[in-house]
Amino acid sequence: MLSETAIKEIDEIKARYPDSKAALLPSLYIAQKEFGWLSPEAYVAVSTTLGIPKATVRSVGAFYAMLQHKPMGRNVIRLCTNVSCMILGAERLIDFLKNKYGLEDGGTTPDKRFSLVIMECIGTCGNAPAMLVNDDSYGDLTEQTIEEILAKYS
Amino acid sequence: MESFLLKGIENPNSADINFYIEQGGYQALPKALEIAPADVIDMVRKANLRGRGGVGFSAGMKWYFCSLNKNISPKYLIANADEGEPGTFKDRAILEKRPHLLIEGMVIAGYAYGAEYGYIYLRGEYPKAKVILNKAIEEAYSKGYLGYNIIGKGVKFHLMVHQGAGAYICGEASTLLESLEGRRGHPRIPYYRLANVGAWGKPTIVNNVETLSNVPLIIQIGSEEYTKIGPSKSPGPKLFAISGHVNKPGLYELPMGTSLKELIYTHAGGIKGDKKLKAVIPGGISTPVLPADKIDCAMDFDSMKKAGSGLGSGAVIVMDETTCMVKVLWRALKFYEHESCGKCTPCREGTGWLRRIVERIENGKGRDDDIELINDISDNIRDKSFCPLGDGVPIVIDSMLMHFKNEFEEHIKNKGCSLVKT
Repeated sequence: MLSETAIKEIDEIKARYPDSKAALLPSLYIAQKEFGWLSPEAYVAVSTTLGIPKATVRSVGAFYAMLQHKPMGRNVIRLCTNVSCMILGAERLIDFLKNKYGLEDGGTTPDKRFSLVIMECIGTCGNAPAMLVNDDSYGDLTEQTIEEILAKYS
Repeated sequence: MESFLLKGIENPNSADINFYIEQGGYQALPKALEIAPADVIDMVRKANLRGRGGVGFSAGMKWYFCSLNKNISPKYLIANADEGEPGTFKDRAILEKRPHLLIEGMVIAGYAYGAEYGYIYLRGEYPKAKVILNKAIEEAYSKGYLGYNIIGKGVKFHLMVHQGAGAYICGEASTLLESLEGRRGHPRIPYYRLANVGAWGKPTIVNNVETLSNVPLIIQIGSEEYTKIGPSKSPGPKLFAISGHVNKPGLYELPMGTSLKELIYTHAGGIKGDKKLKAVIPGGISTPVLPADKIDCAMDFDSMKKAGSGLGSGAVIVMDETTCMVKVLWRALKFYEHESCGKCTPCREGTGWLRRIVERIENGKGRDDDIELINDISDNIRDKSFCPLGDGVPIVIDSMLMHFKNEFEEHIKNKGCSLVKT
């Protein structure tokens, strides 16, 4: 079940739409935050809170790339490999993350500190290659700057 | 050209409402509210404001169609902030640094055709923008620029942020509405105009962030002056997002019609490391690629179409001589494969097949009949899907094979890529 705070937040969100089913995507974000990932438990909680069938909730959740369906590390690295980032060296950075942190696409470090998700364009092309770490955006990446950036995250 | 869209963004407080007001912001809104709504629509139509999302349809015409639904309410306005076309990062600057410009544009738009509720559909990959927008909306409510009685003129407009969660296809207007309403992102059959039947079945306008951000300028200087900025049939200030192998990648506000060559060499500082230019994708990945000798074209909707490409979102990706075009096509196809919503079989299956064939070619396992096969599959996607994502695939393939076919043939013949890898 979702926490009282979460349910209250979802109630507020429902009021923003003429049809409360529109609160589904926002609710999935809230559940992902609370449970750490969209586990079967999280889906049941969202389904119950909104009164939407579980199959529907799961079907919507499965569609979106930023919703996670397995446990994630404490910090999620979202690295772009689309054209602008690719031609400016994103693939070298993927190799670096693999060699230095043991990270592969969709994987998590054994100490659960980082997860890596390879992304399509994240709109930071003017500073390619680029990544998000949680809600923070970083560009002009090199092996060195990535290491410095990741050192800030525990 | 004096900057309008990006005015003041160097200032760390540029998103603040007080800073915006000091700059002269929220002056277009009271002016617009003194004009009859139908006349505001007329102004925007005469100004030839064309959709900045990439299609370039007349915003004023769209509003006009919507306004014809006189007795249907509520009407909705959606700001399309799902900026997902690879290479594009222009709306982000407005969302994060000039949110009030967007808000002011939205209130004027809503007033013009009768929308009382607005949503900013914001892509999930811009989490910082969500915080900034929510703060700006709160500020606007507190100063009476949003709410039940906007600046005491009896006009109502409510605005909320709705966040997407990582799906390029949700940038397509009908799909955006599906996602907004709480469903998977599948496009609707284009039978009903969204202006008549849109969000929750009601008349809805979906406008790009940059499009809406131009509205206050049109109100301030008038439609005639606006059409003098760039070519009169495709006028206005334009945000060009340039990336790739240039010395000064970034966002540039220039008049519509600026030459692509000037953009690359004068503003973006030319090619990095003094290498030779090889190719340019001028308007985001779904526009036809241009070889280096074809960049003498004006960046506006009509000129770019004549030049055999498209303005698209104005996202310029510059590629130098070290770039393998087979690899670029592979990455583009990988993108479409990933982002295909799965509804239409030709797109869902075809993107995957195409990606695997080009992957084989790049990895030295190309076969003699691969190019013929690629064209055949591409033909079977073209015009056979519900939405423009399917149409984008053959566009990219056609242009790549038109200008760089020899590179593909060499990959097949020589069993791999002969370029030095960067």
